[in-house]
Amino acid sequence: MTNANIRRALLSLAAPVLALLVAFLLTSLVLVALGDPVRDVWITMLSTPKPRQITNIVNGAIVLYLSAIAVAVGFKMNLFNIGVDGQYRVGSFAAALFAGQAWLPGYLNILVAIIISMVAGGLWASIAAYLKVHRGVSEVISTIMLNAIATGVVSWLLLKVAVRTPGSNAIGTKVLPESSQLEGWKLIPGASNRIYSLLILAVLVGFLYWFVLGKTRFGFDLRATGASETAAVASGVKVKRMVMTSMIASGALAGLVGMPLLFGQDFSYGTTFQSGLGFAGIGIALLGRNNPIGIAFAALLWSYLDTQANGLQIRAGVAPELVYIVQGIILFAVVIAYEGTRRLDIRLEQQRVARELAAQRAARTSEGVAA
Amino acid sequence: MSTATPTRRAEVKEKQASWLANPYARWGLLAFGGLVILSLLRVVTGANDLDSSGAIAAAFGLAVPIALAGLGGLWSERAGVVNIGLEGMMILGTWSSAFCAYHYGPWMGILGGAIGGLVGGLIHAIATVYFGVDHIVSGVALNIIGLGIAKYLASRFFTNLPGGGPTQSPPLPQPPSLSVPGIGDPLLSLERQHIFLISDFAGILRGLTTNVSVLTLITLALFVASWWALWKTAFGLRLRSVGESPAAAESLGVNVYKYKFIAVLASGALAGLGGAFLTLVASNLFRDGQTGGRGYIGLAAMIFGNWRPGGLLAGSALFGYTDAIRLRGGGGVHAILLLVAVILLLVGLWQLRKGRMLQGAGSLVVSALVAWWFFATDTVPGELAGTLPYVTTLLVLAFASQRLRMPAADGQIYRKGGH
Amino acid sequence: MFADRGAGGSVLPSLGRSFHRRNGSRPDEWTRRSVITAISSPQAGPDTLAVEVEGITKRFPGVVANKDITFSVRRGTVHALCGENGAGKSTLMKILYGVQRQDEGTIKVNGQEVNLHSPSDAIKAGIGMVFQHFMLADNLTVLENVVLGAEKLHGIGGGAKREIQRISSEFGLGVRPDATVADLGVGDRQRVEILKVLYRGAKIIILDEPTAVLVPQEVDELFDNLRELKAEGLTVIFISHKLDEVLSVADDITVIRRGTTVASVDPKEVNARQLAELMVGSELPTPETTESTVTDRVVLSMRDITLAGTEGRDLLHDIDLDIHAGEIVGIAGVEGNGQAELVEVIMGMREPTGGTVALEGTDISDWQVREIREAGVGYIPEDRHRHGLLLDAPLWENRILGHQTERPNIRGQLIDAKSAKADTERIVKEYDVRTPSIYVTAASLSGGNQQKLIVGREMTHASKVLIASHPTRGVDVGAQSSIWDLIRQARHEGLGVLLISADLEELIGLSDTIRVILRGKLTGTFDPDTVTSQDLGAAMTGADGSHDDAPDAPADPQDAR
Repeated sequence: MTNANIRRALLSLAAPVLALLVAFLLTSLVLVALGDPVRDVWITMLSTPKPRQITNIVNGAIVLYLSAIAVAVGFKMNLFNIGVDGQYRVGSFAAALFAGQAWLPGYLNILVAIIISMVAGGLWASIAAYLKVHRGVSEVISTIMLNAIATGVVSWLLLKVAVRTPGSNAIGTKVLPESSQLEGWKLIPGASNRIYSLLILAVLVGFLYWFVLGKTRFGFDLRATGASETAAVASGVKVKRMVMTSMIASGALAGLVGMPLLFGQDFSYGTTFQSGLGFAGIGIALLGRNNPIGIAFAALLWSYLDTQANGLQIRAGVAPELVYIVQGIILFAVVIAYEGTRRLDIRLEQQRVARELAAQRAARTSEGVAA
Repeated sequence: MSTATPTRRAEVKEKQASWLANPYARWGLLAFGGLVILSLLRVVTGANDLDSSGAIAAAFGLAVPIALAGLGGLWSERAGVVNIGLEGMMILGTWSSAFCAYHYGPWMGILGGAIGGLVGGLIHAIATVYFGVDHIVSGVALNIIGLGIAKYLASRFFTNLPGGGPTQSPPLPQPPSLSVPGIGDPLLSLERQHIFLISDFAGILRGLTTNVSVLTLITLALFVASWWALWKTAFGLRLRSVGESPAAAESLGVNVYKYKFIAVLASGALAGLGGAFLTLVASNLFRDGQTGGRGYIGLAAMIFGNWRPGGLLAGSALFGYTDAIRLRGGGGVHAILLLVAVILLLVGLWQLRKGRMLQGAGSLVVSALVAWWFFATDTVPGELAGTLPYVTTLLVLAFASQRLRMPAADGQIYRKGGH
Repeated sequence: MFADRGAGGSVLPSLGRSFHRRNGSRPDEWTRRSVITAISSPQAGPDTLAVEVEGITKRFPGVVANKDITFSVRRGTVHALCGENGAGKSTLMKILYGVQRQDEGTIKVNGQEVNLHSPSDAIKAGIGMVFQHFMLADNLTVLENVVLGAEKLHGIGGGAKREIQRISSEFGLGVRPDATVADLGVGDRQRVEILKVLYRGAKIIILDEPTAVLVPQEVDELFDNLRELKAEGLTVIFISHKLDEVLSVADDITVIRRGTTVASVDPKEVNARQLAELMVGSELPTPETTESTVTDRVVLSMRDITLAGTEGRDLLHDIDLDIHAGEIVGIAGVEGNGQAELVEVIMGMREPTGGTVALEGTDISDWQVREIREAGVGYIPEDRHRHGLLLDAPLWENRILGHQTERPNIRGQLIDAKSAKADTERIVKEYDVRTPSIYVTAASLSGGNQQKLIVGREMTHASKVLIASHPTRGVDVGAQSSIWDLIRQARHEGLGVLLISADLEELIGLSDTIRVILRGKLTGTFDPDTVTSQDLGAAMTGADGSHDDAPDAPADPQDAR
């Protein structure tokens, strides 16, 4: 049995490593074809990050991790929650609006605001969930539409409630009071900037994801429904309710994506709002195979690529958008590789089982037991 | 074995069907009904831009990229491959068309757009058909990579050109436009008189026949060609069979992989062509984020059209129209609120009659809210108006999804040997 | 097992496999030899042999599906291939149609050796195959389905239509080219499949278990069609395990057992019993005489259960059924007559339109699936891959499936993996599930072992009722007899068992009482000790006059033929 586990672990690692190599090769090909300096690009990308950058990488990874976990919850149910972008926009706005009012003191403010962001994200996702369960609309298209609608609605609401940030033309919600602004932790030696305090939120979410899905009855029901809806129905799961619950849970988790940024960096919702984390979350969830540890590594990798790419313009004269290509190729390669290793794994296991059963049969006949 | 009973039933069915069965009659009736409603709405709300020739022309123009994306989706899904990556293929098309148009002229631009989308289609085809990757995962990945490639290549190639920058291309040469000679001005004067129904008809007609881009005509030709190819040729039969029952097709010697491949390549090329339209006709340059989700709206139009080209055209027209109304301002969006309120009212009453109390009550409540919104405001704020195409898409899908019949094996990951 | 009733061999509607082997499995030499001497060798020489198969062998990892298969088919005849499920018939057919390649052996068509690498090769050689599971695209028309892949023959428009109509009238198939396949019934679809192969000029037609889904009138129509084909000089190879049909329509019979050809016989010179023995390889079993364990305590009771269907006809109509503790109630019926719906209503997957279901007196008609299972109802589903297992999950998680709210799987709101795993080990041992460990995925197990796991799981939790729906479908012979023993054990432990099966041997051998379901109604009650398969068969198909249609049912166009 341990042999099987080792083999399975190796196969799982082989895929992402293979994907990275393929991405490396193909990107280099693209660069060569376009006449861009291949060496400089890779030197920049693979250079050791300075402590300040390490902090940025970790901070970026925290946010991406939350996004990927939200997507992964959907994936476990065979649902594609592409609406993470819209959900965390709505969540961040609602939380920023509330926290800015400072009706509650210090940390309580933060806590309630976080809850509000989850509620807002969950509500936004529930629209797509309702449409899927009761009207048969594919959640892929509905969540994408809701993303665009969220952008419009939140912009409009922002115009109604916004205040001008002092000293600029930018607008945003009211800035959080000092007592609700989180300083962060100095975890990286030598760095002048700090790790977001809400790192603990990410850790907590990851733990809950692992625990709820793997150890609870609800998690079993959820995974069963994702694996085989018909078997789940026969086993007593109410599928419609499960779909609604998981979509809403995914949306609630998505709402959290903006929280580290809100409380650790921006302190309001406004033009500094960072969008696009939802799509990255999808890529990271796929890369990390919906596994809480795998996603953590994938998030770090993604964030690493993003951060390193910032230097591309200056140091290699190449547009930083190259990193999207790298990420896209990694994604494709890893998904193809996972498919291949999955099939290989199944075939190997079936052969192994056949072998072991034959051995058992032989052992039994040799012991003189009647066939 | 008598054939008496089946014949009799067939006779009865035929009598009932008669003229309504004729799809052309049905569409004609629908179009005429739509015209009447529009005219009524215009007269009641005074929003003359609802069906002015300008609005119609704009709608027509905006419908084309949606239609092309939708046609791409149709080709792909008819062969059983879900293509969420249309947006990414369209984005690739925007870049490649801009690049080719700038360096080699508008015709090469059109071709270049198709090729750019084709490359995206190739990636999707290899991943899904050859490697058996989940269709939606591949589509989403394609969107990410398409966006990245386009952004990178844009900043790489357009930054140093005069009039260009890292996120946009310099102005591009545009393909020619055509007009039907002679009727433009008389129709315009007729339209300006604002006579119920007649002026509306004149406006619509003028919008459809003036300054129509060549690419639009090519698109229409592609629609006819697609219909003919898919429903009237052996090639099309095989392609559709692959999307309906790949096992049956394979048992009859059809090369399932080949047809899926071709279909996805075609879908990429069409989406790329849609991108070309955006850069060369709808505007005259490439710009980051130009596609604005039209790839997805195209998919919605395809679903709305029940995976048939005719319905797809109608759906694209609808979505293009809402897009145009929004862009032109002029109270159009505001007027639509009234229309929505009325439709919801009718729907609610109909649901109540069928005994669905909760749904009916819900529809009536929403109708009342929308009506109140219409009467309480003069205009719809820009940001909210901007969501009109997306809200329309959602509503259409919400009401239409359950009545439709998609290709039976759509989305199925097919491996040779039938597994 | 059955006493021969009357002369000429009893009518055994089907013989799945040996029911209860007595004295080991060595074939009765005397019977075999006496049958084989009755073989009439083919009357004509090799040039009138349409197909000659010699030495075909095919191996898969872990099993030899075909071994040294040899037989010849005379042109212009109907040649039947008989064998039990799992004997290797479908592998052989796939080889004949080019879907699989043989490891050894040759195939000759009309005297020429052929190499079949794909269905196109087979089609070129004049072989056409009608699969048991129809290969039709529902949303396309008959015309489109027929011309697919053969568009060059007559185009795809008017020419093709005319050709289809010509073939249809020549062979009496009654096929309408413009009908959408989704609207066609089973018999019509089969005729479309036959027309498909005729359209391509097939001269040798292989039919794989064609009567599995047909009612008797449709079977008669099919046989008429086959006789027409024969009259036009075509050759038909007919695969079946239904011996009476084989005997009534075939000119030659080849018996396959355990992957190899056992005998080729002339149907005029064997009776069904001898044929059955050839297929099974030993004497037919006799029913067990065991003491009855039926009590008079009713555990499951259905009264006036009605389930409305979508087209005006009820799926279930006024079902009254009682199951007592210690009793096995068998439901016999041709598939599609309401058995699946009956099970769904009992299990809570569908709510009945009228009537009540009571479990030990408590009304469970509107209970949810989970509640019903928790109350002690076990369920062995008809399709274990879709309803009974998570194929990619390890065995111990599959043990939890269906009972993820009951001990020992859970502790409070959490899954108790340790207890679940320990209990899985117990089930594996007690129910003889052959597996290297409880951590392998369910997909790696053979069908029989998967089913044994399910039976073990369900019997562990079923304290009152066990619903067994086609419990030995697709299961190899060894596992099948184990499962039968387990079901008897359940009865012995005082459960009430509802057994639904298409295997009459299984029903007759296991049940304490047999009910027949036809078009959603229970139309007859039979005592398995005294019933004949003729009686059962007649009741199942309504030939005994018991098929009064449900009220308001629209006339079925199929009936009007």
